Amino acid sequence: MPTDPKNPSGASTINGTDAVDSRRKPGAAEKSWEEKTLVPTLAKSPERASKFTTVSSYPIRRLYTPADLSGWDEDRDLGLPGEPPYTRGIHPTMYRTRLWTMRQFAGFGTAEDTNQRFRYLLAQGQTGLSVAFDLPTLMGYDSDHALSEGEVGKCGVAISSLADMEVLFDKIPIADVSTSMTINSPAAVIWAMYLAVAEKQGADWKKIAGTLQNDILKEYIAQKEYIYPPEPSMRLVIDTIEFGAKHTPKFNVISISGYHIREAGSTAIQELAFTLRDGIEYVDWALRRGMNIDEFAPRLSFFFNAHSDFFEEIAKYRAARRIWHKTMTERYGAKNARSWALRFHTQTAGCSLTAQQPYNNVVRTALQALAAVLGGTQSLHTNSLDEAWALPTEFAATLALRTQQIIAHESGVTNTVDPLGGSYFVEALTNEVEAGAWDYIRKIDALGGMVAAIERGYPQREIADAAYQYQMEVDRKEKIVVGVNDYFTKENPLDILQIDESVAHRQAERLAKLRAERSSDEVARRLDGLRIASQGKENLMPYIYDAVKAYATLGEICDAMKVAFGIYDEVAIT
Amino acid sequence: MSEKRIRVLIAKPGLDGHDRGAKIIARALRDAGMEVIYTGLRQTPEMIASAAAQEDVDVIGLSILSGAHNTLGPRLMELLREKGMGDVCVVIGGIIPEADIPALKKVGIAEIFLPGTPTQAIVDFIRSRISAAPSKA
Repeated sequence: MPTDPKNPSGASTINGTDAVDSRRKPGAAEKSWEEKTLVPTLAKSPERASKFTTVSSYPIRRLYTPADLSGWDEDRDLGLPGEPPYTRGIHPTMYRTRLWTMRQFAGFGTAEDTNQRFRYLLAQGQTGLSVAFDLPTLMGYDSDHALSEGEVGKCGVAISSLADMEVLFDKIPIADVSTSMTINSPAAVIWAMYLAVAEKQGADWKKIAGTLQNDILKEYIAQKEYIYPPEPSMRLVIDTIEFGAKHTPKFNVISISGYHIREAGSTAIQELAFTLRDGIEYVDWALRRGMNIDEFAPRLSFFFNAHSDFFEEIAKYRAARRIWHKTMTERYGAKNARSWALRFHTQTAGCSLTAQQPYNNVVRTALQALAAVLGGTQSLHTNSLDEAWALPTEFAATLALRTQQIIAHESGVTNTVDPLGGSYFVEALTNEVEAGAWDYIRKIDALGGMVAAIERGYPQREIADAAYQYQMEVDRKEKIVVGVNDYFTKENPLDILQIDESVAHRQAERLAKLRAERSSDEVARRLDGLRIASQGKENLMPYIYDAVKAYATLGEICDAMKVAFGIYDEVAIT
Repeated sequence: MSEKRIRVLIAKPGLDGHDRGAKIIARALRDAGMEVIYTGLRQTPEMIASAAAQEDVDVIGLSILSGAHNTLGPRLMELLREKGMGDVCVVIGGIIPEADIPALKKVGIAEIFLPGTPTQAIVDFIRSRISAAPSKA
C-alpha cells in the first residue's frame, strides 16, 4: 500500500483514521506518549502504509486504549458469559464443558457414496453430520430432469426421493447423530424425507437434533438458489417453523445464514446486518402467522462465515449476539432467555481459498477457524485445501477436521471463556461493527423490510459493489493475497476428486425403477392433495410428508407447488 | 476515432447461482470500455448460443463453478459451429480442474481463467484475441 504523499509519516492523524480520531479523547498518558514517543518515532521510521484496513476495507487505528471505549459500560455491554447481552458467549463455561460440534459439510455422487464418507467421518471423531446436496436437488429437479444434465452428484449428493434418503442414512442412527442439511428452496421436502427415515428407524421426532438451512431470503440476496417468488417461499419457511415448534422441539428448522452473503463478496458488517435483518423478517412473518415469539425463537439458529481478518470476524460474532439479544428483548419483548441467545454455526471462508499454492489454504483455514472459536461458535466446518479446484478428497477433508481437533486440544484457547474479552481493540471493534450493522438494519426497516429491500435489489447492489471494490484492491495489489498477487512459486497439480457421469446414469436407473415400482395412483392422489392445499392457506408440511411417504419424487413435489406459487426470475444487477 | 467496441456476452450456464465472478468480470470489462451483455442465471447452452447470435458478440465468457464444464462447454461450442459462429472467442472462468483443461481447449475454448486471475489479465487476453482476428464486417 503506497504511503500518502501528503502525509508521509502519518503523524498528523495520530491514530490513523480521521473520522474516529475526531471523536477520540485520549487521556493525559496517551497524549504524552504521542508527543514524546510516537511523533519522534514516526519522524524517523514512517509506517508501512498511510491507512490500515480490514479485509472488508474497514479502517483500523494504530492503537486502541480506553479512549476508544468512551460510553462503553462493562456491565451493560460486555456482561458475563451465559448472561445478557451474551457478548462473551451464550454458555457460562463455553468450551470447558463441551467443545463446539465439529461438523464437516460433505456430499458427492450418489447416496451410497456419501453414506460411505459420512461413516468414515464419524469414525474419525466428527461429532455431527452436514449434508451437501447437488445442484439439481437444491433447485428441486430430479436427477433425470433435462436441466440436471452434467450436474448430478457434482456439488453434493443427489437426492431425488425418499428411497435415496433411506440409503444416505443407512446404518447411521438418526436418533444419536445430529444432522445439518444445507437445503433451501425445497427444504420442506427434504426435511420431510429425513423425518420419514427417522420414523422408519424408530427415532422419536421429539428427540432428534439437527438443523435445516431453510433460509430462502439469503438465496434471493446472494446464493440465488430459488424456485418460487418470495411470498410463497416465505410461507413454506413459516410452515416448517410452525410444524417444527409442534413436532420436533430439538430441531433447528432454520439456519439464518450470512455465510453465502459473505461469499458473494459482502463486507463483514453487511454479512452481519443482512443476516440479522433476515432473522427479523422471519420473526415478523411467524408472528403474523399467529405464533408466539417464545414458541419458536429458541429454535432459530444462525450461520456465519469465518473470513481471514481475524479480529474483524471475532468482533462480528460478539456483535451478533448483542444485536440479537437487543432485538429479541426490545423489538419483540421475548420473555424466554433461550429466545435471547444467538446460537451459530461457522464455516471458514471458501472464497478466501486459492487455487495457487493450495497447501497455503490449510494455514488460512486454521486462522479462520481460530477466529470462530474465539468468537464463541457452537459448531464449525473447516474447508479443505483443495476446494478451489474441486470437492475435497478424503485426505483433504481429514486434514480439515484435524485442524479443528488441534485448536480444540492443543492450542489452549478452550481453557478459558472469551479470552479476548476486555481487549480495548476487540471491544471497540465489536462496538463499531455493531453500530455499522444497526445502520443497515434501520435502512432496511425504512425500505419496508427485507422482502421489499430484496425486490428493490438493495442488498444485492451493496454486495456487488463491495465485491467489486475488493477485487480492484487485489488487482491493484493494495491487498496482498499470498500466492495470488505476490509470493509466487511454480508447483505441481494436486490429486483431486473427480465425479464422473456414471453417477447420473445410476441415479436415472434408480429413478426409473422407483417410478415403475411405487403405486402411481397413490402418488397422483397425494400430489393432487398438495396441489390443492398450495392454493389455500393451510400448513403444507403434512401434505408434503404424505407425498414423500408414497415415494413421490422431489421434482414432482416441487412442481405440484409451482402451479399455485409460480416461479421467480431475478433482474440481474451487474 | 471510431474504433468498434468489443462486444462480450457474459453467461452463467447450468443450475449454479454463484454469480460473484460473472458480475465482477462484467463490470471490469465494461470499465475497460467493452460492451457487455450479462445473460443472468441458469442459461442453457442453447439460450447462450442464440443470445450470442442475436447480440452479434465477439466474445462469450462462461462462468462455471459447479463442475458441469465438461458437459456445458463442448455443448456450447457445438451449437456455435452449427450456427456458423465458430469464430466467436469463448473463454471460461471458474473452478476447473487442470486435468480438464486440454479437452476444453481441444473443442475450441480459447482460454480457461482459474480463481485468482486478475481482471486485467482477462481484459488483455480479450483485446489481443479480438484485435488479432479479422474484423467481422
